Amino acid sequence: MSPASAVVASTLTPEGVAPPAIELRSIDKSFGPVHANCDVSLSIAKGSITGIIGENGAGKSTLMSILYGLYTADGGEIRIGGELAHIRNPHDAITAGIGMVHQHFMLVDTFTVLENVALGVEQGAILKRGFAAARRELERLAHEYGLRVDPDAIVGELPVGDQQRVEILKALYRGATVLILDEPTAVLTPQETDQLFCILEALKTRGTTVILITHKLREIMAVTDAVYVMRHGRIVARRRTAETGREELAELMVGRKVRLNLQKTTFTPGAPALVVEGVGLRDSRGVKVLEDINFTVRAGEIVGIAGVSGNGQSELLEVLAGIRPLKAGRIIVGGREITPGSPADPAAMRTLGVGHVPEDRHRYGMVGAFNACETSILGYHNETPFRKRCLHDHAIMADHCASLMERYDVRPRQPYLKSANFSGGNQQKLILARELARQPKILLVGQPTRGVDIGAIEFINRQLIAIRDAGCAILLVSVELDEVMSLADRILVMYGGRIVGEVPGDTADERTLGLMMTNSWPGVARPDATAMS
Amino acid sequence: MSGPRRPLPGWIDIGLIPLANVLLAFFVAGLIVLAIGANPLEAVRIMLVGALGYPEAIGYTLYYTTNFIFTGLAVAIAFHAGLFNIGGEGQAYIGGLGVGLTVLALDASIPPVLLIPLAILAAAAFGAAWAAVPGYLQAYRGSHIVITTIMFNFIAAALMVYLMVNVLIAPGSMSPESREFAVGHLPFVHEMLGRIGFVMGPTPLNLSILGAALCCVLVWAFLWRTPWGYELRALGHNPSAAVYAGVNPRRMIVLAMALSGALAGFVGVNEVIGVHHRLILNFTAGYGFTGIAVALMGRSHPVGIVLASLLFGILHQGGAELAFEIPTITREMVVVIQGLVILFSGALAHLSRPWFERAFSAIPALRPAAAADAKGA
Repeated sequence: MSPASAVVASTLTPEGVAPPAIELRSIDKSFGPVHANCDVSLSIAKGSITGIIGENGAGKSTLMSILYGLYTADGGEIRIGGELAHIRNPHDAITAGIGMVHQHFMLVDTFTVLENVALGVEQGAILKRGFAAARRELERLAHEYGLRVDPDAIVGELPVGDQQRVEILKALYRGATVLILDEPTAVLTPQETDQLFCILEALKTRGTTVILITHKLREIMAVTDAVYVMRHGRIVARRRTAETGREELAELMVGRKVRLNLQKTTFTPGAPALVVEGVGLRDSRGVKVLEDINFTVRAGEIVGIAGVSGNGQSELLEVLAGIRPLKAGRIIVGGREITPGSPADPAAMRTLGVGHVPEDRHRYGMVGAFNACETSILGYHNETPFRKRCLHDHAIMADHCASLMERYDVRPRQPYLKSANFSGGNQQKLILARELARQPKILLVGQPTRGVDIGAIEFINRQLIAIRDAGCAILLVSVELDEVMSLADRILVMYGGRIVGEVPGDTADERTLGLMMTNSWPGVARPDATAMS
Repeated sequence: MSGPRRPLPGWIDIGLIPLANVLLAFFVAGLIVLAIGANPLEAVRIMLVGALGYPEAIGYTLYYTTNFIFTGLAVAIAFHAGLFNIGGEGQAYIGGLGVGLTVLALDASIPPVLLIPLAILAAAAFGAAWAAVPGYLQAYRGSHIVITTIMFNFIAAALMVYLMVNVLIAPGSMSPESREFAVGHLPFVHEMLGRIGFVMGPTPLNLSILGAALCCVLVWAFLWRTPWGYELRALGHNPSAAVYAGVNPRRMIVLAMALSGALAGFVGVNEVIGVHHRLILNFTAGYGFTGIAVALMGRSHPVGIVLASLLFGILHQGGAELAFEIPTITREMVVVIQGLVILFSGALAHLSRPWFERAFSAIPALRPAAAADAKGA
């Protein structure tokens, strides 16, 4: 890695052939004993869109953090436009023309678009002059790339898709010629995703190089030119997108064949198990979060709730699980009527036969500092056989945990390992195992496969279908449309705290659902949807 | 940007690092001792002999240790519930008031066999009640527990001065002390040892130390073996998950504070019926505050708290001897040394961690253990 070798390398580049925009050679990075990146080499052509896919923990984000200067590699070299680059911090990366759009936006919500874009590059102490220049530059960029955002809008009030555009504008304003996008579509509706892809195409035609990190194969197929597959910190394959398919990529990611289509048995619903009538909720500021929610889930049925995240689904689950007190309406479950006057807390809901796999497992589903066998009884810790009078029976807890780990393939099989030390997928399997072990009559499931790798997704989905067939009523909330469509027998669409549409699972299509999710569907599926518009 | 914290094996994490921190504190203290012209090695020798060198020294050291165990456990149990109880001092004071009032009211009418358990219960009840009020204010009114417990220390101190000067003062006495209790003294350890033929000079060490040991076992069993301890720890580590699990967080906050206060209140047992046999002012002497350092250093685990209490007992007793033996080292100098120990093992607890991490990954002999840890992660 001496400067001399860098000179030699750049002179060795054949005349006339443009060097790759980004070239990584033998990048190595360890966190203590964890080898996050191992001998990673890749080369990204100028003006192309390249995807990097891999399961969670495959090392994609670490690799991009190295390129963006958030981490320093233990070994290997980074070349930008054929020249050796030393990137020690994000400032170096920005100077070298690399921009990054993070999964969680780095924007100041109370600032305007213009202020956000100019933040950190104000050009002098007099803000006015710098802002005038920034405004002209923003207009040019908006014109050139179709990135239209009102420069004077307050960022916090913009839809998520627009906020993402502000992030892209920020990177371009700083002169980025290479743009890294980390899971950019996680928060977008299908329509917003399409718009993002148009923007990426526009960037590409004007010579910007785009790197897309994702685990969604559909997006890779839709927009990229080439794709790298990562597994266990290594690059395992490079493919031209035109020459590969979803099945092959999925197999490369996981290292074995994966069934992408679930085999679902026919749908034979029984009696209503969960009836929700007129449920409403206001947040602490008095804003309506849920309004007049009505639906029924029958035994042996999976009802899916689709919606862009933040439209009341999380709050609905929390109300049904007893975490948030019911403020309006009633819930009939397990032969009991729950009203604001006779509420039920999470412990009471469990005794009524309601299991709950929470959306946010770190926040609700487990206590990271507890060992696995303590997490495996969370919520059931006052029940037999775990509790004997005033004491917990640790032998029974450990046996219980070991048998859950065995049945649900939780790895490693160590009941006394701290919950936080399991990977996301294994944590989720442990939580699912805990809730299913009590054979609930009603199961509330939020984002069952969020942050879970493909192999575990398949397993979790099969478990959900199996308990549906055994007569459990399941309410499934997910922002992954694919997941809702493949699992649910009926799909309810939520927008702005209301249910705006209902579609049978087998006839649902992405476009209709996407339009309903943004409340722009002209055909009204339910009478109360008319009141909305 | 620093990477995620690397896992270290337990013996380094809870054994070597705290030891290194204490040694570091002593090293810096040694430099200061050197700077004022005394011999640090001589100072260490005087401290150790003064704290552990003869039976009476050990008696005093263990007497201080008893108080530190009570207040350390009190702070620790609140820590486990995610609460920072700074009010151990006031709770110990009011616990002592409970002991004093019980004995003053009943020592003429009830035999000691009943009186002593009643006094112990009163210590727990008064301490618990004094801590439960800030707990209630935190749980139901959102007043920050750190602020309210500090304030309650002042209120407790003012209340005690008022009671001692105006109400409980012995008739005809010039100093604010109650009359001496007729019965209800806890036996001194030197008396008990004397009865079995082991002669030892008088020290304040009394039967309370067995109570402290019992409390360690009970606190451990409560936290790690009962469903309530499980709920309390769940609340402390992840309040949302505790709610998900059906815990009523408000009730649990009040319960945790009450238990914390009861433990701190036991200092009153040690002081009032163990040593002074009357109610006096300022018998808490800062034990409540040292309890915070003890809990921090002992990682809020009873075993760690016993070890940390012993260390602080040694510093307390040995420090007093040191101030007596070497004239240039004043009482304040001893406080500086204690302060350094608290600084290095509390506030700077992770100062030496990166060095151990580097050393750990550099020594190949330790690697296989590291690989096993990684597989677990």
